Amino acid sequence: MVMVSTPASADIQVALSDVEVLRIRNDFPVLEQEVNGRPLVYLDSGATSQNPRSVLEAEQEFYELRNAAVHRGAHHLAVQATDAFEDARATVAAFIGAAEDELVWTANATAGLNLLAYAFSNASIGSTGADARRFALGPGDEVVVTEMEHHANLIPWQELCRRTGATLKFIPIDDDGALRLEEAARLITARTKVLAFTHASNVLGTINPVSELVGLAREVGALVVLDACQSAPHLPLDFKALDVDFAVFSGHKMLAPTGIGGVYGRRELLNAMPPFLTGGSMITTVTMDKADYLPAPQRFEAGTQPISQAVALAAAANYLHETGMERIAGWEAQLGQRLVNGLSAIDGVRVVGPAAGVERLGLAAFDVAGVHAHDVGQYLDSMGIAVRVGHHCAQPLHRRLGLTATTRASTYLYNTTEEVDFLLEAVAQVRPYFGAAGSGDSK
Amino acid sequence: MSSLDAMYQQLILEHAKARSGADLSPDEAAAMPEQAGVGQCHQLNPVCGDEITLRLELEPGGSESNIKAVRWQGEGCAISMASASILSELSEGASPAELDEMIGHFRELMRSRGRLEPDEEILGDAAALAGVAKYPARVKCAMLAWVAAEDALRQAVSASS
Repeated sequence: MVMVSTPASADIQVALSDVEVLRIRNDFPVLEQEVNGRPLVYLDSGATSQNPRSVLEAEQEFYELRNAAVHRGAHHLAVQATDAFEDARATVAAFIGAAEDELVWTANATAGLNLLAYAFSNASIGSTGADARRFALGPGDEVVVTEMEHHANLIPWQELCRRTGATLKFIPIDDDGALRLEEAARLITARTKVLAFTHASNVLGTINPVSELVGLAREVGALVVLDACQSAPHLPLDFKALDVDFAVFSGHKMLAPTGIGGVYGRRELLNAMPPFLTGGSMITTVTMDKADYLPAPQRFEAGTQPISQAVALAAAANYLHETGMERIAGWEAQLGQRLVNGLSAIDGVRVVGPAAGVERLGLAAFDVAGVHAHDVGQYLDSMGIAVRVGHHCAQPLHRRLGLTATTRASTYLYNTTEEVDFLLEAVAQVRPYFGAAGSGDSK
Repeated sequence: MSSLDAMYQQLILEHAKARSGADLSPDEAAAMPEQAGVGQCHQLNPVCGDEITLRLELEPGGSESNIKAVRWQGEGCAISMASASILSELSEGASPAELDEMIGHFRELMRSRGRLEPDEEILGDAAALAGVAKYPARVKCAMLAWVAAEDALRQAVSASS
């Protein structure tokens, strides 16, 4: 049984304390700066997170002591680098609830989702053996996604459907940003070959019911792909317990550098699936006519890998594990509720996603009546507050919400309640500053 | 005055609300005009979703005629909307050569990172947008309507000569 729920009334016992958060902040050099004459308030971790010293040092130490190409060469450094690289895999695999050979390194979650879509594509044109047929799609088959997907978990499937003749369907959301499960039950049928959905929405903060959706997919034999980009950094996670077939995540959203992420896949699936990128380091025998491929994970890791980044991601996983994912999730649940409650109370501000009191990540995206999100973000930046503005790579979701852009404040383990309160005070000043107070819809 | 106040001057905020020339209908925006002396261009900033469709019409009488009107429809931030509104007012009655010069000077100003002073003789109210140049992420917002006008002008002139 995996603990993935973060109830709105998060138990103080399983949340970080204010004192711990202040101590955690000291581990993040980038946070010790002023922006526009004010202390930086970084509320854009949903886009990318900051790095603690232990992560920065792990990467530097690798380059100072161990740098070499991995899985080749007999010299001392090559052995050291290979050990560091594979130890990193073991650490991160344990962190996400996978066996070592079930974690494939990729550049990020987007690369992971494209790896899967192109592997299915390759299976569909019969480029590999009989084992791969289970991944093949064609006319009459369906891929099901949701209306709240990030473009990264939408466009690769659009393209896969275009290439194979399969049809793309989506599970709609309700007005509170929850998936309509009765529609999911209707849409997931014997024709469904792939069900791909996000664990948690980067815009709404909604945490989706994985077990119900996996149950629907299992009934019809569909493969389940989980986008864990927003959950891996913020919630306790165990892909085995969640019983998904594949999952993807990005290191840079979980305290690691850019350029590293992963695909989790069940061992028997990874070993049956055709490769996507081909080339060096992923083969057994090569002739001028053909090649045979290594088992997973090397099967999917052609070319020189992001080695120091993998080592740094392992350091990040250790940092998160030692801090405690349940306590991080508990803290962020409190910040998320503080955001929703505070923002909703400001005249002319509409928060999208779950209502106050309902489970959500520690983030909130909102619309300010009469002021474009870009202008909201600019005003907040002048106060030293970093937020994301725009469609957050989720245009269909924004269209569903009747908006073209929102402002999003997203927290992490290093954000304090004072920072959230400072944001709330600043947002309350936005409409008066732009002369929008009293116009547009208010409440 | 803070950089923020320099960018969001009262004149800008007023234009962002009043939106001069923003009376192009959805039907007009959906169809490219066929008649001589008229050009139309759609511009989208995929980063923030700011969008404009702008139609430029010359007075009758060939490619040397002055600009009769610049009308547009769009959605976006205060900077992009104010910029379109100011452009619409400035264009009316200008010759194609004058508008070309305005667009060229405005682009130079926007790319200057705040190092150039605006020439108010050429730019009129658009000089108030000079503060945007210090915010490289916002220059595209200010340029949106001007890029559309440049293309619409080219069409209008070539279609009437």
